[in-house]
Amino acid sequence: MLQQIIDQAPRFFGYYNVLFLLQAFAATFLLSLAGCVLGFALGFLLAVTRRTADWRLAPARGLMVVFTEAFRRIPFLVTLMLVFFAFQALKFDVSMFTIALFSVCLIATAFITEIVRAGLDSVHRNQWDAAAAMNFTYIETLRYIVVPQAWKVMLPPAFSFFVLFIKDTALASQIGVVELTFAGKVLANKGFPAALTFGTVLILYFLLSWPLARFGRWMEVKLAPTRTR
Amino acid sequence: MSLVLDFTAIWPRVPYMLGGAWLSLQIAFLAFCGGMLIGLFGAMAKTYGGVWVRRPVDAYVSFFTNTPQLVQIYFIFFALPEWGILLSPYAAVLIGMTLNAGAYLTQVQLAGFASVHRAEIEAAETLGFTRMQSVRYVIFPHIMKTLFPPLSNLYILMTLGTSMAAVFGVEELTGRSFNINSETFRSVEVFLVAAVIYIVITFAATLLLAGVGRRFFRSQIKMF
Repeated sequence: MLQQIIDQAPRFFGYYNVLFLLQAFAATFLLSLAGCVLGFALGFLLAVTRRTADWRLAPARGLMVVFTEAFRRIPFLVTLMLVFFAFQALKFDVSMFTIALFSVCLIATAFITEIVRAGLDSVHRNQWDAAAAMNFTYIETLRYIVVPQAWKVMLPPAFSFFVLFIKDTALASQIGVVELTFAGKVLANKGFPAALTFGTVLILYFLLSWPLARFGRWMEVKLAPTRTR
Repeated sequence: MSLVLDFTAIWPRVPYMLGGAWLSLQIAFLAFCGGMLIGLFGAMAKTYGGVWVRRPVDAYVSFFTNTPQLVQIYFIFFALPEWGILLSPYAAVLIGMTLNAGAYLTQVQLAGFASVHRAEIEAAETLGFTRMQSVRYVIFPHIMKTLFPPLSNLYILMTLGTSMAAVFGVEELTGRSFNINSETFRSVEVFLVAAVIYIVITFAATLLLAGVGRRFFRSQIKMF
C-alpha cells in the first residue's frame, strides 16, 4: 500500500495538480476570511443594536435574538442546503462560491454577535453609567469608552472562531464549491490513492489552521494582562 | 421571483425525519462518551505523564483540532480500505467523530484539571479526608462546576456536527432530509423542517443540560 503511494506521489505532485490544490487552498482561505470579516461587521451591528433601549427598535431586537439563537442551532450543512435551494427557487443566478459565502456569513454573523455581546458585557456597568453621566450619546459611548476596552475581550474568541470556520467551510464542497475538500475529492476520483489525496488535504488544512491557531493563542496571552474592568 | 412554500408532501414524512433526529442524537451521544474517555486519558497523560507521553498527545490534539472533521472522516472512510480496513459509513462517522471529540475534550478536561488548586487538596488532607474522599467531595465537584458549561456547549456543537454523516450516506436527520428531497423535490421546505427539528432538539438538550448542571454541579449555564 505504502509502495503505491510512493509510486503515485511524483505524478500526484505534478504541476497542474499542485496548482489546482493551491487554488483550492486559496479558495478555502478566502471563503472563511470573507465570511469572518463580513460576519464580524454584521455581528457587531447586531450586538450593538441589541443593547439599545429604544422601544422603537424592540421588534428588530426580537428578530435578532431569534436569528442568532436559530442559526447557532442549525448545522452548517443544513444552512448551506437551505440557502442553495432558496436561491435556486428564487432564480438568483449566482455562483456556488457566492452561495457558500452567503451561508458562511449567516452562520458567522450569528456566532460573532454572541462574541461581541460578551465583549460589550465585559465592560463594567459603571463605565456605561459614567459615559451617560458625561452626556455621551450611545455611539460616542461605544466609540470612546466601551469598544477600546471590549475589543481585547472580543478579539481572541473571534479569532479562534475564524480558525473553527476554516474547518467548517469543508462542507461547502457538498454544493460543488472548488475548495480544498472538493479538490481532494476530484483528485481521488481521478484515481490517485485516497490516502495520498486526503492525507495531503489534511496536511494543507493543518498548515492553514495551525499557525492561525497559534497566533490566536499568542494574542490571547498578549491581551490578557492588560485587560481592565 | 417568488417562493411558494408547500408543506403538504412533507408533513406525512415528519415522523421519518424525527427517527433520523433520534439517530443524530445517538451518534452525538456515543461520540461524546467515547471522546470523554479519550479526553480523560489525554488530560491525565498531559498532566501526569513525561515528555514522551505528552508529545504524542499534543500532536494528536493539534492535528485533530486543526483539520476539518469532514476530511478526517473522508480519510477514514476512503483511505483505510486501501489498507484492508473496511468500515460501514456509520462506523466511519462514529470513529471520526469520536477521535475529533477526544481531541477537543482533552483540551477541555485539561483546563478542568488545571482549575483545581493544590491548596484545596492540601486543605482536604488537613481535614483528614482520605484520597477517595477528597476526590469525591473536593476535586470532582470543583472540576464539574468549571467543566460543565464548556462540556454542554461542545455537546450541542457535536449534535450539529452529526449532520456530516449525511455525506457518507448515514440516514440521520440530514441524510433523511436528502432522501425526502429527492422523493418530493420540495427542497426548501424539507430543509426548513430539518432546521426547525435541529433547533428544537438542541434547545431541549441545552435546557436539560442547564437543569442538570444547576441541580447537581452548581454551575450556571446562560440560556440566552
